Amino acid sequence: MSSRTETFYEVMRRQGLSRRSFLKFCGLTSVALGLGPAWAPRIAEALETKPRIPVIWLHGLECTCCTESFIRSAHPLVKDVVLSMISLDYDDTIMAAAGHQAEAILEEVRETHKGEYILAVEGNPPLKDGGVYCLPGGRPFVDKLTEMAADARAVIAWGSCASWGCVQAAKPNPTQATPVHQVVTDKPVIKVPGCPPIAEVMTGVLTYMLTFERLPQLDRHGRPKMFYAQRIHDKCYRRPHFDAGQYVESWDDEGARKGYCLYKMGCKGPTTYNACSTVGWNEGVSFPIQSGHGCIGCSEDAFWDKGPFYERLTSLEPLAAEGTADTVGATLAALAGGAVAAHAGVSIVKTAADKRDRRNARAAAQAEADRAARARPPADGSDRTDT
Amino acid sequence: MTIHTGRDIHAADVTPEDASIERTSIYVYEAPLRVWHWVTAVTITVLVVTGFFIGTPLPSVPGEASDSALMGTIRFIHFTAGYVLAIAWLLRIYWAVVGNHHSRQLFKLPFWRRDYWGGVLWEASWYAFMRTEPKKYVGHNPLAQFVMFTVFTLGMFFMIITGFALYAEGTGLDSWQYWLFGWVFDIFPNSQSVHTWHHLGMWAFVIYTILHVYAAVREDIMSRQSMISTMISGERMFKDNRDD
Repeated sequence: MSSRTETFYEVMRRQGLSRRSFLKFCGLTSVALGLGPAWAPRIAEALETKPRIPVIWLHGLECTCCTESFIRSAHPLVKDVVLSMISLDYDDTIMAAAGHQAEAILEEVRETHKGEYILAVEGNPPLKDGGVYCLPGGRPFVDKLTEMAADARAVIAWGSCASWGCVQAAKPNPTQATPVHQVVTDKPVIKVPGCPPIAEVMTGVLTYMLTFERLPQLDRHGRPKMFYAQRIHDKCYRRPHFDAGQYVESWDDEGARKGYCLYKMGCKGPTTYNACSTVGWNEGVSFPIQSGHGCIGCSEDAFWDKGPFYERLTSLEPLAAEGTADTVGATLAALAGGAVAAHAGVSIVKTAADKRDRRNARAAAQAEADRAARARPPADGSDRTDT
Repeated sequence: MTIHTGRDIHAADVTPEDASIERTSIYVYEAPLRVWHWVTAVTITVLVVTGFFIGTPLPSVPGEASDSALMGTIRFIHFTAGYVLAIAWLLRIYWAVVGNHHSRQLFKLPFWRRDYWGGVLWEASWYAFMRTEPKKYVGHNPLAQFVMFTVFTLGMFFMIITGFALYAEGTGLDSWQYWLFGWVFDIFPNSQSVHTWHHLGMWAFVIYTILHVYAAVREDIMSRQSMISTMISGERMFKDNRDD
């Protein structure tokens, strides 16, 4: 690491990029961030003058799909430059250094850039048994994470693992995999969920933080509003079919060929906050719904336990095996209806029986009275003796 | 409870048979409360039907998407009915403040009163056919009050809050609906869970309605006071004038 940190622009020029390409990147980025073209010069100025913020990229319990996505960031400049643009001082997946030499960088950045560097976390720490289920460099990941977070300016939680826990946190979560914000509680944690997150969203968040030297506006869960404020459903190009009432009823039916809404096939677009339906994937070529498959909600909390992926209603296991709110509710409603009918039946029978009993009792009393009257001399006394 | 407000019947054609039951009445449900009851009955019915078809849509509509708006219409009706229900509920809460003391019973559960639970058990024994004659009540009986409070009143708050939270997802993060009800997503970060709970709540109301209508009809026939007509006229009439 050099002591004097280069600016982004210097790095880009050193890498052989033309000024024209650089300005194109600034323009596209400002539009992608929703700032409008007028902001392109501001971004250019920031990239020309600001020293690169060192980024430490840690990997915990994860599958590296975030990195895979990140390195495919579609915009040519991003793809070519971003790894140099941010001063990515440590990323054990893609860095050249290895072993003790690599681990020494962590210590160095902590000291030289105390309170300045951004800690990007891919994956999460498993906490069970002292964190022994994830041991990068021979130490529990949770220790490495809390240590590096202590001197960071902010923490970025890349992907659903770091943001929510993802599949390793699915029930019964055997290693107690825990999202970053529950471990790092004294620093701002920016969640960039998705499995993986969209490449342009990742670079967009970084570019914003660098340009404005502040955190992007976050929603209540800590997700940047500019990419996570709306659901897939809100901007889905198949939304008109949803509103019209036109659905794919089964795979490969007429509706599927016509590109109808995948709601009935379990699409989780209506409950998933992400930018897939606007930004798209692979240079905006497509996204799951566009290729005919419903959204599985990969950027949402506990999406792995809210299945099935191909049903609209969530299964209520273990409460009801393969049952949904409808099967549970309808069963209980049928039971209530049956109970009411049975209760009504018993009520009718018992009321009739009570009535009969009362009638019988009245008749018996009447008969008793008659008998008594017959046995007694007449009251108006033909044979009265005392008159 | 002793109710003794009997009065003689002075009608031109009164017969001894008519007079054998002394009918008495007490004004229980004031007009705004009765209007609220029937408005809520209609909106809950509409909400259950439309809500079910939002979760399980009708078969697909043929033709161009621009020619129909089936789901859009069903959702519009659902949201409108939801607004009517919620506003009526707010007015109902207001009426609990300014109305007569019967209007407050829906919002109270005398949890710490021993004699209240005794009353619940007694009423349960009436429903279990262990009594030949029920007691007389001016307001809700203790068992009814228990179900009203735990299922209906709490259920209304639950459904209105979760319903508006889900609605806020459409109106956006900067809407007043999200500002007021967004905290629901602090409890359930994934709104799919809110959908599932809201859906289960719908079934709770379906079951509640079955029991409510049955109990009202049965009590109207078998109890010692009027039920259904009371929610129309407001007058609770008693079929006899004996003490309990």
